[in-house]
Amino acid sequence: MTAEPLLSVDNLTVQFRTDTGWLTAIEDVGFSLGAGETLGIVGESGSGKSVTALSLLRLHATATTRIPTGTITFAGQNLLRLPSRALRRIRGGEIAMIFQDPMSSLNPVLTIADQIGETLALHQGLDRAAARRRAIELLDLVRIADAAHRVDAYPHQLSGGQRQRVMIAIAIACRPKLLIADEPTTALDVTIQAQILDLLRDLQAELGMSVILISHDLGVIAEFARRVLVMYAGRVVEAAPATTLFRRPMHPYTSGLMQAIPPLDADVHRLPTIQGSIPDPARRIPGCRFSPRCAEAQPTCRITAPSLVPVGPDHLARCPPRAGAAR
Amino acid sequence: MTAPVVAVQNLVKDFATAPGRVLRAVNGVTFEIAPGETLGLVGESGSGKSTTGRMLAGLIPATTGTVTLFGQTITGPHGPAHLAAVRHRMQFVFQDPNGSLNPRMRVRDAIAEPLDIKGHIARPDRTARIAELLDMVGLPQAAADRYPHEFSGGQRQRIGIARALALQPDFIVADEPVSALDVSMQAQIVNLLLDLQQNLGIAILFIAHDLAVVRSMSHNVAVMYAGALVEIAPRAALYAAPQHPYTRALLDAVPRPDPNRTRPRALAGEVPSMLNRPPGCPFAARCPLAMPQCHDTQPPLREIAPAHQAACHAI
Amino acid sequence: MAEETDDALAPRRRFQLIRRLARHRSFRIGFIIVAALTLAAIFAPLISKFDPFEMRARIRFRPPQAAYWFGTDNFGRDVFTRCLYGARLSLTIGLGTALLSGAIGAAAGIASAQFRRIDAVMMRLMDGLMAFPAIILAIGLAAAMGPQIGSLIIALSVAYIPRTARIVRASALVVRELEFVDAARVAGASSLRIIWRHLLPNCMGPLLVQLTFVFAYAILAEAALSFLGIGPPPPAPSWGNIIAEGRDQAVDSWWIMFFPGLAISLATLGMNLLGDGLRDVLDPRLKVET
Repeated sequence: MTAEPLLSVDNLTVQFRTDTGWLTAIEDVGFSLGAGETLGIVGESGSGKSVTALSLLRLHATATTRIPTGTITFAGQNLLRLPSRALRRIRGGEIAMIFQDPMSSLNPVLTIADQIGETLALHQGLDRAAARRRAIELLDLVRIADAAHRVDAYPHQLSGGQRQRVMIAIAIACRPKLLIADEPTTALDVTIQAQILDLLRDLQAELGMSVILISHDLGVIAEFARRVLVMYAGRVVEAAPATTLFRRPMHPYTSGLMQAIPPLDADVHRLPTIQGSIPDPARRIPGCRFSPRCAEAQPTCRITAPSLVPVGPDHLARCPPRAGAAR
Repeated sequence: MTAPVVAVQNLVKDFATAPGRVLRAVNGVTFEIAPGETLGLVGESGSGKSTTGRMLAGLIPATTGTVTLFGQTITGPHGPAHLAAVRHRMQFVFQDPNGSLNPRMRVRDAIAEPLDIKGHIARPDRTARIAELLDMVGLPQAAADRYPHEFSGGQRQRIGIARALALQPDFIVADEPVSALDVSMQAQIVNLLLDLQQNLGIAILFIAHDLAVVRSMSHNVAVMYAGALVEIAPRAALYAAPQHPYTRALLDAVPRPDPNRTRPRALAGEVPSMLNRPPGCPFAARCPLAMPQCHDTQPPLREIAPAHQAACHAI
Repeated sequence: MAEETDDALAPRRRFQLIRRLARHRSFRIGFIIVAALTLAAIFAPLISKFDPFEMRARIRFRPPQAAYWFGTDNFGRDVFTRCLYGARLSLTIGLGTALLSGAIGAAAGIASAQFRRIDAVMMRLMDGLMAFPAIILAIGLAAAMGPQIGSLIIALSVAYIPRTARIVRASALVVRELEFVDAARVAGASSLRIIWRHLLPNCMGPLLVQLTFVFAYAILAEAALSFLGIGPPPPAPSWGNIIAEGRDQAVDSWWIMFFPGLAISLATLGMNLLGDGLRDVLDPRLKVET
């Protein structure tokens, strides 16, 4: 990479306070993202993918969260050291975020114009009339038909897909440099999901922003992301460009996951599976977190925690046996 | 041909949302399921697929139309009595592995509930049957004494399946049984259902929104849109040569785990409101093939190839 | 038959509820207060060497001192001893009201939720009862039935049944929609079985919480009714009638009213803390830092 990346995360560890002590939700997470790039973070529940996203903007409750190690450098400043006033300017301004459930992200008693206007007033100091005009422009931009009328609607009068479009309109209102989309299409039907993904792709091209897309769906990730991070039980287990990752997954978890997806274009009789269940985050697993479920686990895997090592050009995996075999 | 396990004729379900306002969730659905066969029922939210499944299981009454289970018509005036006679031969597997088990009931009692309700089971037989069922669904025997919250989502779904198998049913309605599960858990449950069906010869109505999961599970596939059945065909035909424009759009919209594929642009528009249902084909407003008559008359389901039916004026 | 064997079950977490309750600060304080009062009531004869009924003219109106911790009343009876024995009656009334209104309220609430046909009638009945302030209703009923403990418990229960019924009905309506109830219905379960095995056990949390509050209200209401002269008849002491008897000497001999009053406050506080703790632990939606 030649230029300074827009965002770089290094050695990030996040812990939550629970009834029984501090629980490590993510550990040693690192990645970087250039301007205009698209990063996909994929993982199952408990993988820490959403925790990672929320940590970028320090959106966790401060009383019950601690970040013992790590740096998050965005446009030259460490977000973890930034005073909260400065951070608030970045939230919704230079970094915007959309979530899975557009209904609970919108205030039910405010019209769409009010909700978009709130962001504009906060970050750009627009007055009411100007904010309303801009809100209509934004609704046009996210392809909501009849924007001049819909701007006065309340969230419950919109469909799920339209609500997600409104969330996107709010997110892009201040022309962010980075958009974090946390499972943005998971609550939507497949034809609506396709519409939202098309929209995100179009907007990214028009506005030149970087996007981090978080999803449990390998299909969505494959379609959208240029680079992919695979997470399992709080750790990044593999990182590679999408084309490399899907052609040649190196971590046994990644390849297991890919095989476990039923194919849409072929008939199968049984699906290859990963044995066992996703571990309870409260349970400490010594060595490689995946070793209890890994068909290729060796005795050392259960003792020493592996680190992320190169397994190919621009391709990292947290699996020493496979890395050794690759050389 | 053997008699179907279940036959559905022109099934309609209306919900009264407010005085004088009626929401038609299911609009004239007809299909059959043969013994030992799986029919996959796919559709997006609001398609009426779950409502159809619940009517089949007798959980909600049909507005009009008939459901015939094992030759007994469970709709209409004598429905409840007929349903009682065949109830033990049919079971239901639910979507939500958290909500489908009573948190205050031990796994043992949850699994044995259908046995207990049917009655007349001796203590040792009951214990033996619980052990056998746990084994069938791949759970350790120690699970019997525990409560649902001690299990992962995938394990809970196994418990739900064990409960459904307790009375050796001939027919199971599975309503989105894997959609709440993570991918790695989902594959385990799909395999379990496939094995059980192969070994026990159970017929399944497999309701899901995930077309890929449906493909791996089903012999025949039916596609619903806005309360109506738009296409029904053997699995191979439906996926290789989808006929209805909606089925095609649906298949196109599914993201594949292949970064080199370019997905066609998404179909515009959304599912029409079920309250002011347009007179013609429910898909007409979004359909790339729509003709004037599509907006006026609803196309009937008709045979377009052997065992392949679609409801479309344009094909 | 299944080839995949799941991984080993998670280690057992036994008595999780009890452990979480024990960690909850306000539950702990409430539990200690209520337990202490209950033990004091049960072991009253061991704690005090005096007789709660013995009148001694020589030692009337003694202020609190080493021999008589809470002082003595107008008949020379030891107020501390009377408070100890009074706890028996007051706590019995609290518990009795909680149990009776809980049983009837739960039955009415569950029936309303399960049998939708009787719901409208049942709820209008409850609305009617609720239209009277609880204490007025209790006064009327207690006055009509005469001053006995039993009638007091019945009167207070009638007053608190509607609230309990509403709470149970609301949670039963939520539980009714859960899939395990459908699973039981598919298996052909009768309404009785659904109520007994599925609805009731899953409504116990909110019901228990409500009953701790009823318990506290009942103790307060007993005091109010005693004060009005329709509480448990003297000379048997209850916190309420000790206060009522001390009314005439309130200015000069404050201790006669003060200490039973303190006991009432303490019991009410203890039950409320207990209830808050139960609610926090039983209802995961209201998870708060403690």
